[in-house]
Amino acid sequence: MFSLSTFLDAFWPLTMAARYTLLVSGLGIALGLVIGAFVCVLALSKSRPARIAAAIWVSYLRGVPMLVQLLVVFFLLPVIGIDVPAIVAAVMTTAIVASAYISEIWRGAIMALPKGQTEAAIAIGMAPRHSWTRIILPQAVALSIPQLINELILLVKASSLVSVVGVMEITRASQAQAGVTFRPLEAYLAAACLYLAINLCLAALGRWLEHRMAV
Amino acid sequence: MDLSIFSEYGPRLLSGFRLTIICWLLGTVFGAALGLLIAVAQRYGGRAVRWALQTYIELIRGTPFLVQLFLLYYGGPMIGLRLDPLPAGLLGLTIYGSPYFAEIFRSAFRAVPLGLIEAGRAIGMTEMAIVRRILLPVGLVSALPALINFSIILTKETVILSIITVPEVMYQTQYMATMTFTYLEGYFALALFFWVFVEVISRLGRRLERRITRHLIERT
Repeated sequence: MFSLSTFLDAFWPLTMAARYTLLVSGLGIALGLVIGAFVCVLALSKSRPARIAAAIWVSYLRGVPMLVQLLVVFFLLPVIGIDVPAIVAAVMTTAIVASAYISEIWRGAIMALPKGQTEAAIAIGMAPRHSWTRIILPQAVALSIPQLINELILLVKASSLVSVVGVMEITRASQAQAGVTFRPLEAYLAAACLYLAINLCLAALGRWLEHRMAV
Repeated sequence: MDLSIFSEYGPRLLSGFRLTIICWLLGTVFGAALGLLIAVAQRYGGRAVRWALQTYIELIRGTPFLVQLFLLYYGGPMIGLRLDPLPAGLLGLTIYGSPYFAEIFRSAFRAVPLGLIEAGRAIGMTEMAIVRRILLPVGLVSALPALINFSIILTKETVILSIITVPEVMYQTQYMATMTFTYLEGYFALALFFWVFVEVISRLGRRLERRITRHLIERT
């Protein structure tokens, strides 16, 4: 039957492992924001090849399951001569996948701004550079905050997949715990609680940010 | 790279592909059915029911699918729920998808003009009839894009079933890769396959959407 002490004992090793969950999803979103901004610039550019390249990038990354992409990256890196630990492949995959979603979030936010904003900026004689940095981007970023937090929550959950390549994050640690104690129910339940706690905190953070940055 | 492995393991991959499609279709249908049930119960249930369902939705949406599957497949036997991989996987997909579907239906129901429901009450329709004849037909049309979108997300979640040894396409690719040491080729082929597969169903989805919403487009 359910053993409360095994359940509670599982929390310490899992909390230690949660550092890797946070590392993979946190670094994933940080790098994803950078790559995503770049992809978004390509997607909005006037050059047709750039737009096509961005469209292919987004469509591939959104069309292929993350588990498959993770294994492609994991097995591709050694073949092209890059020998790095699994965690690097995990972070890279997460960042690349996130970049596709983030570029779409930003593209949507920028397109959602009324055209009058840009026109007004031009009308009062702002340089295009300034109309971007002072008018468009601040509003677009504020608009995109809820969706970016949502993406981060998705990444925390998706980071459970990197257990497959052996990164000792929450899911992998709960597997190990289940193997040692022969009590999978308690171990996985503890993992579920931990994920839930992380995600509830992130959701609360999101609500707070949304409130603060409301346009 | 040796392409002959794909012909040798073709039948296996094909059967895996079939199972992927079956899992996806059943997962979508069952998940949507459960989601619909939840959305209707949330609308008509009392405070306690609404609270319980909201908690269920938060619990499922706050935890990774992989952990839910592990709980079901490895943790289940400890409380007497002993399932084979495939039923466990299907049940997992159904449970995982249900809150997302429930939220889609809930917002679609809210978008149904109140006047229609009031008109239904005014002519003496029962609440059941209002659900069946007003909320569902009107709500489903506005929910369609979101439903298609989420069912596409579910296609990609089916590969996770391979981790609890459901022999779908990912599992078979893994088998082939281990037997022939063609990890990179195998997974890359699988990636391309999914890319095409998802692209095709999203096109079909858009077509279906246009077909079903054509009465909403004003003729010029």
